[in-house]
Amino acid sequence: MLVELGHYALVLAFALTLVVSVVPLWGALNGDGRLMAVATPVSVTVFFLVLVSFAVLTGAYVASDFSVVNVYENSHSAKPLLFKITGVWGNHEGSMLLWVLILVFFGALVGVFGGNLPDDLRATTLAVQGWISAGFLLFMLATSNPFNRYENPPIEGNDLNPILQDIGLAIHPPLLYVGYVGFSITFSFAVAALILGRTDAAWARWVRPWTLLAWSFLTLGIAMGSYWAYYELGWGGWWFWDPVENASFMPWLAGTALLHSAIVMEKREALKVWTVLLAIFTFSLSLLGAFLVRSGVLTSVHAFATDPSRGVFILGLLCLFIGGSLSLFAWRAPMLKQGGLFAPISREGGLVLNNLFLTAATAAVLVGTLYPLVLDAITGEMISVGEPFFYLTFGPLMVPLLMAVPFGPILAWKRGDLLAASQRLYAAFGLALLMTLFTFWLWGMERVLAPLGVGLAVWVMAGAISEIVTRVKFFEIGPKRGFARLYGLPGSAWGTATAHFGIGVTVLGIVTSSAFQEEQVRTMRPGDTVNVSGYELTFDGSVPRRGPNFVEEVGHFTVREGGAFVAEMEPSKRVYTARQMPTTEAAIHTIGFSQVYVSLGERRNDGAVDVRAYYKPLITLIWIGCVIMALGAAFSMADRRLRVGAPKPAAKRKQSASVPAE
Amino acid sequence: MKRLLVCLSLVLCVLSGPALAISPDEILEDPALETRARALSAELRCMVCQNQSIDDSDAPLAKDLRVLVRERLVAGDTDAQVIDFLVDRYGEFVLLKPRFAWHTFFLWAAGPLALIAGIMAIVITLRRRQSTTAAAGANQPAPKLSAEEEERLKALLSSKDQS
Repeated sequence: MLVELGHYALVLAFALTLVVSVVPLWGALNGDGRLMAVATPVSVTVFFLVLVSFAVLTGAYVASDFSVVNVYENSHSAKPLLFKITGVWGNHEGSMLLWVLILVFFGALVGVFGGNLPDDLRATTLAVQGWISAGFLLFMLATSNPFNRYENPPIEGNDLNPILQDIGLAIHPPLLYVGYVGFSITFSFAVAALILGRTDAAWARWVRPWTLLAWSFLTLGIAMGSYWAYYELGWGGWWFWDPVENASFMPWLAGTALLHSAIVMEKREALKVWTVLLAIFTFSLSLLGAFLVRSGVLTSVHAFATDPSRGVFILGLLCLFIGGSLSLFAWRAPMLKQGGLFAPISREGGLVLNNLFLTAATAAVLVGTLYPLVLDAITGEMISVGEPFFYLTFGPLMVPLLMAVPFGPILAWKRGDLLAASQRLYAAFGLALLMTLFTFWLWGMERVLAPLGVGLAVWVMAGAISEIVTRVKFFEIGPKRGFARLYGLPGSAWGTATAHFGIGVTVLGIVTSSAFQEEQVRTMRPGDTVNVSGYELTFDGSVPRRGPNFVEEVGHFTVREGGAFVAEMEPSKRVYTARQMPTTEAAIHTIGFSQVYVSLGERRNDGAVDVRAYYKPLITLIWIGCVIMALGAAFSMADRRLRVGAPKPAAKRKQSASVPAE
Repeated sequence: MKRLLVCLSLVLCVLSGPALAISPDEILEDPALETRARALSAELRCMVCQNQSIDDSDAPLAKDLRVLVRERLVAGDTDAQVIDFLVDRYGEFVLLKPRFAWHTFFLWAAGPLALIAGIMAIVITLRRRQSTTAAAGANQPAPKLSAEEEERLKALLSSKDQS
């Protein structure tokens, strides 16, 4: 009964999204305040209905109600409670429900906190958000209903794919979805601006915080997914340029560009049209990601053709939203007024450069991801596009961008002085040079370019610090007043510097962990010792162990450095009983920012076992850098200007209030 | 130039560590050959996996291919010969880095083309804006004179008339 209630709530939510798709928009176009006022309460109601639906499904998982097909296929009564709950979004239908929940949640947020927006803009934005919600709710109800039932329920469930039974992957999708779906708000704002034919001050102010919010969650989500792959897949890689990863990386790249162009728009009223277009692109790439992951088109174009119902539906949605918004853009964009002028060497110019490289990089990744599919569909020719391709196409675009990063925030608006900016970066450049030479000295000429990579990372990090020092005029006014000014710096300045520092940290982690990693692959018998980068790993033997829904063979290792005890490590090979599926659980020991990584391979008959051991210098910096970037976004969102909102002309308000009285 | 790009990107771009699914008995005794085998393995696709190189994959097919690559190297093949051998046998699908040819032209050129197109778009926009603002400047009426200036102008003109 409860399950049917969840289903019913979902249908009702769909019906209401149809209302919010039409009525407020009609009101906005005809200046009818009562119709526009429908938007907020209906959006909030839709959110509560989908929340009920989600709660019901979660309840079914917790209670292991195997009469629900979705629960039977993806759960097991012996599964720990945490994974019963996270299992809700560990499958197609449930994750779609989570996606829609976040989508309507954002709609409700705009409704509730959009009090300082002009009425017609808020109503139109919520209507556009309603179109998206309606599309996805219909998709769920038509092709992916999580509430389907069995007439004769089975006794036990199929269990969740074991590699998904992990806390990292449990929080990865919600983070990622907040990111993806967060960009829907920017998209709705952009489309609303096109429909209304204007971008006012309030519009410009609203775009950036929403982008920041979505972007920071997407950053964390991608980092989480990458760390999960690193420790769960058991071969120590953390980014594979897999199409599924690219699907989340493309909106991130476009979103990063959007973040930067929105700054220009907010501060200088320039790049409006481009920002609108970028907002459309960013969400379109999110939708494309959803299509790529859901339709099965990635495994094979032909697999997609044999069961195309879901894929075709999403493809339809994709064409409708992307095609529709781009046509609208072509038609209405010329109406948007162009803003302030600027010289090529200026803060704006720097941000345009950022957009140029990020957009080109997005294009390279997009083509690399889709090309094999398109080629196969058109000519039947099969090619693979993998890691080595992306090194060659993506890498060269990132180098100049990273070199330019420290200059951007130091240049003045409108007309900057490159020479003066360079002088402020002498210290950063010196430090980068010093670190490059130091790395050369440490590692010799063996790896010529790795030290340059280290230098680049240090340059970006030191550049971010220079920006803060320059802003507070630390050396001109003395440390005491300098610290006072440090405290008074606006959140956005801290945000920029922090996020740029974070990208430097990530680059440093990438360079050091890949260039200076050491690895050992050995067959080890109990008592054998292997040396990785000065750490002695002794294999003490292995024992069987039993978990709640798996059995495992645990290897025991002792790590010593120069004979002194450092740590014990326990990598294992697991077999999940319900699906008889083996997984590898790597053991990781963190020393400072570096890690020792041990994973077990094949087990021999004589008690020996294949062991892969790595020392990965500074590898944790890759993810720490991502967290720092997200922190930067949080600082920027805390900026006072974003809370205050745009001033509203009082006269205009009075006028609009008097209209219904006529 | 291509070599430079290779090096640059190897250092700087998102590079996952050369993780091995290789088991110890496959490793060649000659370290130089083994290094070459590993570099080759990273560029060859395990065809039954989703986007994994044979260096990364645990699949039996990947193991067979790793052994095959090492056999060819021991037999004295150059890297290019090994690649050709595998492409002959399994098709271009086995290469993670597609060959540069007509059918992959757009694939390889997409990034640079996007960059060039972007630069051109920026230049054109800047030019157009400069010309429109210049034109707007030319058409603008001269600033109006203040009352005082009008007086002086009148006085000057009338004095001229008199003389």
